[in-house]
Amino acid sequence: MSELTASAAPPLPATAEKLKFYGLWVIAGLVLLLLPKIFSSGGSLTTFSLIGISIIFSLSYNILLGQTGMLSFGHAVYYGLGGFLVIHAINIIGANKLAIPLPIVPLIGGLAGLFFAVLLGWVSTQRSGTAFAMISLGVAELIASSALILRTFFGGEAGVSANRTKLLKLFGWNFGPQIQIYYLVAAWTLIAVIAMYALTRTPLGRMCNAVRDNPERVQFVGYNPHVVRYLAFCFSGFFAGVAGGLAAINFEIANSAYLGAEQSGTVLFATYIGGVGFFIGPIVGAIFVTLLSLGLSDLTQVWQLYFGLIFIAVVLFAPGGITGLLMMHRPLLRAGALARVLPSYLIALLPTLAMIAGLVLSIETTVHYTVNPGDDSHIKAFGVNFDAASPYIWAMAAILLIGGFLLARKTWGWVALAWDSASSAAREKGIAP
Amino acid sequence: MLELIVISTLNGVLFGMLLFLMASGLTVIFSMLGVLNFAHASFYMLGAFFGFQVSRWFGFWPALLIAPLLAGALGAGVERFGLRRVHRNGHVAELLFTFGLAFVIEELVQIIWGKSPVDFRIPALLDFPAFTIFSTNYPAYKMFMLLVSIAIFVGLLLVLKKTRIGLIVQAALTHPHMVGHLGHNVGRIFMLVFGVGTALAAVAGVIAGPALVTQSNMAGLLGPILFVVVVVGGLGSLPGAFVASLLIGLVQTFAVSMNGSLSGAFGPLSPAYASSWLADIWGVTIAQVAPIVPYVLLVLILIFRPMGLLGTRDT
Amino acid sequence: MRKLVIAAAFALPMFGGAAMAQETVKIGYIDPLSGGGASVGEVGLKTFQFLADELNAKGGIQGKKVEIVPFDNKTNPQESLIQAQKAIDSGVRFLTQGNGSSVAGALSDFVTKYNERNPGKEVLYFNYAAVDPVLTNAKCSFWHFRWDANSDIKMEALTNYMKTVPSIKNVYLINQDYSFGESVRSSAKAMLAAKRPDIKIVGDELHPLLKITDFAPYIAKIKASGADTVVTGNWGQDFALLLKAAADAGLKVNWYTYYAGGTGGPTAVKQANLNHQVFQVGEGIPNLDHPSSQEFEKAIRAKYDFSLFYPRAVNEMRMLAAAADKAKSIDPIKVALALEGMEVEVFDGGKGNMRKDDHQFFQPIYISSLGDRTEKEPFDEEKTGWGWKLVAKIDTPATVLPTTCKMERPN
Repeated sequence: MSELTASAAPPLPATAEKLKFYGLWVIAGLVLLLLPKIFSSGGSLTTFSLIGISIIFSLSYNILLGQTGMLSFGHAVYYGLGGFLVIHAINIIGANKLAIPLPIVPLIGGLAGLFFAVLLGWVSTQRSGTAFAMISLGVAELIASSALILRTFFGGEAGVSANRTKLLKLFGWNFGPQIQIYYLVAAWTLIAVIAMYALTRTPLGRMCNAVRDNPERVQFVGYNPHVVRYLAFCFSGFFAGVAGGLAAINFEIANSAYLGAEQSGTVLFATYIGGVGFFIGPIVGAIFVTLLSLGLSDLTQVWQLYFGLIFIAVVLFAPGGITGLLMMHRPLLRAGALARVLPSYLIALLPTLAMIAGLVLSIETTVHYTVNPGDDSHIKAFGVNFDAASPYIWAMAAILLIGGFLLARKTWGWVALAWDSASSAAREKGIAP
Repeated sequence: MLELIVISTLNGVLFGMLLFLMASGLTVIFSMLGVLNFAHASFYMLGAFFGFQVSRWFGFWPALLIAPLLAGALGAGVERFGLRRVHRNGHVAELLFTFGLAFVIEELVQIIWGKSPVDFRIPALLDFPAFTIFSTNYPAYKMFMLLVSIAIFVGLLLVLKKTRIGLIVQAALTHPHMVGHLGHNVGRIFMLVFGVGTALAAVAGVIAGPALVTQSNMAGLLGPILFVVVVVGGLGSLPGAFVASLLIGLVQTFAVSMNGSLSGAFGPLSPAYASSWLADIWGVTIAQVAPIVPYVLLVLILIFRPMGLLGTRDT
Repeated sequence: MRKLVIAAAFALPMFGGAAMAQETVKIGYIDPLSGGGASVGEVGLKTFQFLADELNAKGGIQGKKVEIVPFDNKTNPQESLIQAQKAIDSGVRFLTQGNGSSVAGALSDFVTKYNERNPGKEVLYFNYAAVDPVLTNAKCSFWHFRWDANSDIKMEALTNYMKTVPSIKNVYLINQDYSFGESVRSSAKAMLAAKRPDIKIVGDELHPLLKITDFAPYIAKIKASGADTVVTGNWGQDFALLLKAAADAGLKVNWYTYYAGGTGGPTAVKQANLNHQVFQVGEGIPNLDHPSSQEFEKAIRAKYDFSLFYPRAVNEMRMLAAAADKAKSIDPIKVALALEGMEVEVFDGGKGNMRKDDHQFFQPIYISSLGDRTEKEPFDEEKTGWGWKLVAKIDTPATVLPTTCKMERPN
């Protein structure tokens, strides 16, 4: 992991690099601004808002996992508590007509996350590794369970709801329509991403990396790894709280599902799948996992199976996450050797896709016969209609699956060969892949 | 009072042994391979469904043998073709792999056996009350469960401490290279350990299946309680897991039998606080919080005794 | 960040296009279709699809084809809101949901706010199974209609029956520790005290929801209390495990339940061998001497391998069609106004009405017990051989409870 994460904090850039760097943020901002002009339906705006929230949440998680090397099973606690505090804040502000507009309310969520991280973090971060993971699990179970016991604050399993439009209007915006919420989330996402990026560049950020890689040496240098972990934990709790607050504003409800193990698991998934070794990794992961969890259940009945298979595939074949896989090609690109691997990718793509199609077809046909035996055999999966009773479909599934696999296995060998030759070419030019 | 204590102790021991039955395989895997196997509960579920299916064909007793073997073989396959590849990418990767596996297994079980509970019955041979205390029956099946737990505990302990295989396994954990140099196949040892661990989970599944509800969500409903058993007992300590199971079983059962609350002890809260969060805490009974007691235990143990009750190494 | 663009391109087909001109009446079915609640959600979905087929065979609603569009909410309130938004995007104007009062509360709140913020695009929310009384009391909404009797109404009916049974003397309450269990327990206490002051409540237990694997300690408490009757709102595994533990310990009491008929319930009752000792309160049973509903029961059993668990869903769909006919429109507001105060002959016979004040449907409620069948009970449950036998019928007027609802109506 240490090799992968080394690039999380690159050296300070030159002026041209800087220009490119700031340009990137400006472009990101413009994209966020223009996105709703292209996709304006309520569903896509909700999706974008959720992606934004998930990006903040995953990045905050990566402060723990990627930067400081702490595996947490209970990050949703700070997300959830941020959400609850924000809902209560909206209700209180609305009832008392306080002069606080909605856009700064997520800050309350952040402060709530920070407060509870400060409170619970000191004992949790005494150790790293499994002990930390297990404490976070225990704390998460405790808080989630007490949410059902402390009904006055958490509202039982029904949760607490609020009306975000009852707050002070800002520039004529009442934050009722989803588009206004989208812009609110987008602005906070941009701010939080910049802040968290800046954090990785501070001495504290570097100390976090050091604690992750070699806590003993950190101690020799005169720092207390426990304190460093604790600080990282507090920052992480703050941003998780912001994300939770934004989620609460988006849904106008907070309930115990915010705090639960499922939420904690999802953020771990998103972060890892995206790639913990790169700052952009969790962003990619958040987008990917959010879209997958929202869209997959529309495409197929057994989405959990595909969900599990995709994660197994990523863990098996792309240990650095999606970003890690892409970033592996950077040295090749710089050495100009990318052209050597691309043709083999294209060749491998076809049989691999055929194999996947065969697999999907076999799964969907089997599911039809075991789960809905009485139904019409003309079924639809992934937007494609087919007749599960037709022997042609069975034959096609078998041929695609088996033939695809046999062919694909050959082509994967070619990919490996091409990769070796390309990376040795890169090495000759002095660029180590 | 005496009745309450006797009955609660009995129930607590029985529940604790059920926990140990479920957690024994996880202890083996977690403490020996260091793998946080989130799919353990899924193998437990697979065991229950394999047991259900095999018992339909050949009866319960063959199922008790065949189902764990099937699940164990599956587990060994998972280690050989999946986990071993992932192992070099660290523990988080292993954990996510088992996460994904849990999803896949749950959905496969749903596809094969459906989403509703299946009718998995206690074998007729054991379907009678073993004895009666204070007019409460204790079924023979629960006694059988208790015996199997103890047998597994003693058997595992003997294998680990007294046999050659056990010694090699223990050596392979701390010094895999050295063991490899001595001519042992470390990969195969790990595969064996994982296979045995999943087979133990399946034994628990076959036995618990008829006593509980055999349904495709039984893995999810079990929750992380098994990790609590392993960590509280101490990593790498089989006796620790045994003691922790008993402890959790007893504490939880006694907590359930108590109706006391703060309002019961100190009188009702003044009406001024009636609708505040204090009232929630004031009115909650010990019985209501019983299921979260294990997690309190977990956090306290990790803070004050990170190696667990009987563990020898830091978690 | 740039990835967002790619993401958006990916998202487009999923949320493509605004509502098209309505050729069909789309009903968005939002319930769990994966995960722990899936077994129940699937039965509901198939029931609604069966009902849609029935309506379509008769020419649909207002000449338009009825289509049930399933949305998987994974029993999560937030996910339900996303699915509701997706449903609305795809042209759905009628939502239906039933599993989980927390989901129902979130949905009702969402629909109310949505309609307030999007005038002219109103959607209605039909609740077929979430029984938290608050939905038609303190948190009632003009846009929410409930066809299931709420838990207080069921308790009113159940206690109206229990007060006529002299053998009930000591009652033990055991319920799941969340809003539904809480309301079962508090209404049972209040109503029993009012109707049969001589009945003693010998125990009152709340246990955590779906977290208990061993109910033996709870059974020990029930046994120690000397109860002859247990009242429970437990469902799912909490119900099955409770009965199994009771059978193991040899506890002999009568069980008054809300959800003994739920998926897996009859199997558990049979395994525990509680012949006609488990009672259920509900708006209908398959073995009712009522030809048209038995006909329907036969048809649905022939098509699927489950019995009709939701007679209320039949009432819901038939009343939707009737309301659309009455309003001569499928515009949600007009349909809602037509539904208010509507009187109908319900699925199992007898009069039902949708109360205007709170949009709660009132109907005859039946108490039934599960066990051996005679020739009068043709249907069994979950292939156990046991079936429901009618014990008592509580007619509509005896189930009516006042409401605290102060409904905000659209102008």
